[in-house]
Amino acid sequence: MGTTLVGQVSPNWITTRLDFLVNWARANSMWPMPFGTACCAIEFMATAASRYDLARFGMERMGYTPRQADVLICAGRLPFKLAPVIRRIYEQMPQPKWVISMGACASSGGIFDNYAMVQGIDTVVPVDVYVPGCPPRPEGLLYGILLLHKKVKGETMADPELRKERWLEPGSLRIPPRLIDELSEPFGNSIHQTRSA
Amino acid sequence: MNPTVESLRRAFGERIGRALVSCGQTIVYVDPGSVREILLWLKDTPEEDYDFLVDVTAVEYRDPERPLELVYQLRSLTRGAELRVKAELAKDQPLEVASVVPLWAAADWLEREVYDMFGISFHEHPDLRRILMWETYTEGYPLRKDFPLRGRLSRSEQVRRALAATPEAHYSLAELSIAQAQYDLPADMRERLERGERGMIPEPGRRDDG
Repeated sequence: MGTTLVGQVSPNWITTRLDFLVNWARANSMWPMPFGTACCAIEFMATAASRYDLARFGMERMGYTPRQADVLICAGRLPFKLAPVIRRIYEQMPQPKWVISMGACASSGGIFDNYAMVQGIDTVVPVDVYVPGCPPRPEGLLYGILLLHKKVKGETMADPELRKERWLEPGSLRIPPRLIDELSEPFGNSIHQTRSA
Repeated sequence: MNPTVESLRRAFGERIGRALVSCGQTIVYVDPGSVREILLWLKDTPEEDYDFLVDVTAVEYRDPERPLELVYQLRSLTRGAELRVKAELAKDQPLEVASVVPLWAAADWLEREVYDMFGISFHEHPDLRRILMWETYTEGYPLRKDFPLRGRLSRSEQVRRALAATPEAHYSLAELSIAQAQYDLPADMRERLERGERGMIPEPGRRDDG
């Protein structure tokens, strides 16, 4: 309703005040979709458990169904075999949606610079917040979630793009191939390895 | 030294190669052409009674002259004895050996894994497909020494091929029927699986995209 009414008028005092209220509610009621593949998922569980208590930030409900989730949290490395799976889960989530890449492996491939691992999930789905660490402590993940809150609070209902679904062709690349090769250049120990050894 | 080795030599003679003890484990080398016959004998002879197949795996050494070793780890649950049987497969010959799935059903996925990682094909295996890598994977056999750690293709091409794979195609209709899921499948997915949409499995020994 908000989009159709407010989207027509230019931002003014009322819409910005309304944005503040609505974004406060949106940011504090996000439903995560945990995509735990490795040890980061253990830290994620610790974050959700009573000591760190993710529910303080409105993430009470773990949505194990992508259609009722806002935030995809990829906790752990992503093998190539799971790339089409996470792509499909992401596309099943309704806009507006966000992605947190938790840990070094999800963000960059981490120590797994090998034939089986996606070198950063941003080559498969768009990522909003990268949380560094191997694995990140629960405080780290909570800080990432607070950064995401900050991002959500900067959005405005007057933005017509906010709820627009953007579809990718099945099996198509999200970013240009040249950029993927550049992003996943060898680093660390991998610099002495060759692709055609 | 496990006394089984002497019994094996009496029963099979020349087809039993050298035997050694390493870390308390007896390792016996056998002729790759007689693997199934020898393992059947070890399983069905009452005095031996190796009724449990612990693992099937393979080893490739860094030295290019050394052959691939196929390893069967056996255990007798009744006698508490262990035996490691190895078969050497020369690299210039086709990497083929008889499947032991008729002896132990446990060998099914283990042999699929050896096939997936090393490219050794098992005759009369009921369902020899890749198991860890996806079905349309054509870059080769990852645990072979000539396989580069990062794969043969560029990262972008790897991502593109991975995204083009169908997640459902990892399962066969037989596997889905075990889970009693085949009747709940969406019509298009069922049709894809029946058509056998799972890409071509590269033939052993042939290097794709090399």
